[in-house]
Amino acid sequence: MWQFFHKLGSPKWFFGIANRLMPWLLWGGAALLFAGLIWGLAFAPQDYLQGNSYRIIFIHVPSAFLAQSVYIMMAVAAVVTLVWRMKLADVFVKSVAPVGAVLTFLALFTGAVWGKPTWGTWWIWDARLTSMLILLFLYFGVIALGAAISDEKSSARAVAVLVLVGVVNIPIIKYSVEWWNTLHQPATFKLTEKPSMPAEMWVPLLLSVLGLYLIFGWFACLRMQTEILIRERRTRWVKELVLAGRS
Amino acid sequence: MHPTRKKRLTIVLFLLAGIAIAVGLTTYALRQNINLFYDPSQIAAGDAPQDVRIRAGGMVEEGSVQRDPESLKVEFRVTDFNSSVLVEYTGILPDLFAEGQGVVAMGRLNGNGRFVADQVLAKHDENYMPPEVAEALEKASAGVHKAGDSSGSESAY
Repeated sequence: MWQFFHKLGSPKWFFGIANRLMPWLLWGGAALLFAGLIWGLAFAPQDYLQGNSYRIIFIHVPSAFLAQSVYIMMAVAAVVTLVWRMKLADVFVKSVAPVGAVLTFLALFTGAVWGKPTWGTWWIWDARLTSMLILLFLYFGVIALGAAISDEKSSARAVAVLVLVGVVNIPIIKYSVEWWNTLHQPATFKLTEKPSMPAEMWVPLLLSVLGLYLIFGWFACLRMQTEILIRERRTRWVKELVLAGRS
Repeated sequence: MHPTRKKRLTIVLFLLAGIAIAVGLTTYALRQNINLFYDPSQIAAGDAPQDVRIRAGGMVEEGSVQRDPESLKVEFRVTDFNSSVLVEYTGILPDLFAEGQGVVAMGRLNGNGRFVADQVLAKHDENYMPPEVAEALEKASAGVHKAGDSSGSESAY
C-alpha cells in the first residue's frame, strides 16, 4: 500500500496516468454536464413559488458543492505536503486553488442573482453567505501566498499550513444554516433523507454535479501537468518528452 | 510509518484540533451576532433589545395580513408557532411574500410590542415542487378540512 502511495508521488508517473485519464474525465464530464444542464434549464418543471428563476440552482448548487469539495481535497493534499513532503501534493494545491476560487465566485454570483427576485436582496450578511465569502478570500490567500514565496519548499509548507487553518470554515459553511438563523434555506439534498424536490428536478441536478466533478478532474489534471512540466523542466524525462513531441 | 512522519502527523492533528476549538469557542461566544434574526419567542421573552435596529424572522401567520387600501402600509403577524409579533411595514413586498411563507423583517421594536420594519425579505424553504403538485396538495388538504372539523383555520378570524 505504501509503495503505491510513494509511486503516486512521482511526477513522471502521475504525468502518464493523467494522460490516460483525461479523455475519460473530459468526455464523461461534458456528456453529464450537457445532459444535466439541458434537462434542468429547458425541460424540468417550474417551481410552484419561484417559477423559472429557481433554475439557477442547476448552476449554483454544482459550483457551491465543488467549491467546498475542492477545498477539502486541498486540505488532504496539505496534510500530505506537511507529513510526507510529497511534491505532487503541493502541485495539486497550487493548480486547483484558482479553479476553486472561480467556482466559489460563481456560487456567490449566481446566489446573488437568485436572491434578488426571491428574497428581495442581492446580499445579506447571514452566516451562510458570509462563510462562503470567507472561503473565496481563503482561496485568494492561498493563491497569493503561493505566489509570494519563491523558494519551492518553504512556499509549499506555508501554503499547506494556511490551507489547513482555513479548513475549519468548511463545516461552518455546511452547518451554518442549521446552527444559526440564516436567510439561506437548509440543504435540499441530504445524505440521509430523500431530497425535498421531485425526481424530475433532482436527477438533472445530480447529473450536473457529477458532470462538474469530472470536468474539474480533467481540468485539475491538465493544470497539474503544466505545473509539473514547468517544475521538472531540467529533468531528462521532460526534455525527452518535449523532443518527442517536436519530431 | 516512519517516526518523523508520525511526529509531523501528530503536530498537524494537534494544529487542526486547536484551530477547531478556537473557532468553535469564538463562534459560540458570538452566536447572538451570527444569528441573522430573532424569532418571535425570543422577542416575546424580552431577549431582543428595544429601539435598536434588529431583524425578526418567522412565518407570516395565515389570515393576518392587512393592507391599508390608501397607502403601501401592510400589517401582519410573524409567528414561530409559539409566539407571534405584529409587524408593520410601508413599502413594496418581495414577490414570494405570502401567508404561510417565511420572512425576515428588519426594523425596530417600539415600546408597545410592535415591530416597525423598514425592510422585508422573503425566506425561501428547501422544498421545491412543480405547480401541479402544489395544486394537488392544496386540494387534498382542503378536502381534509371540509371532511374533518369545519372550524378550521378560517375560524381564527
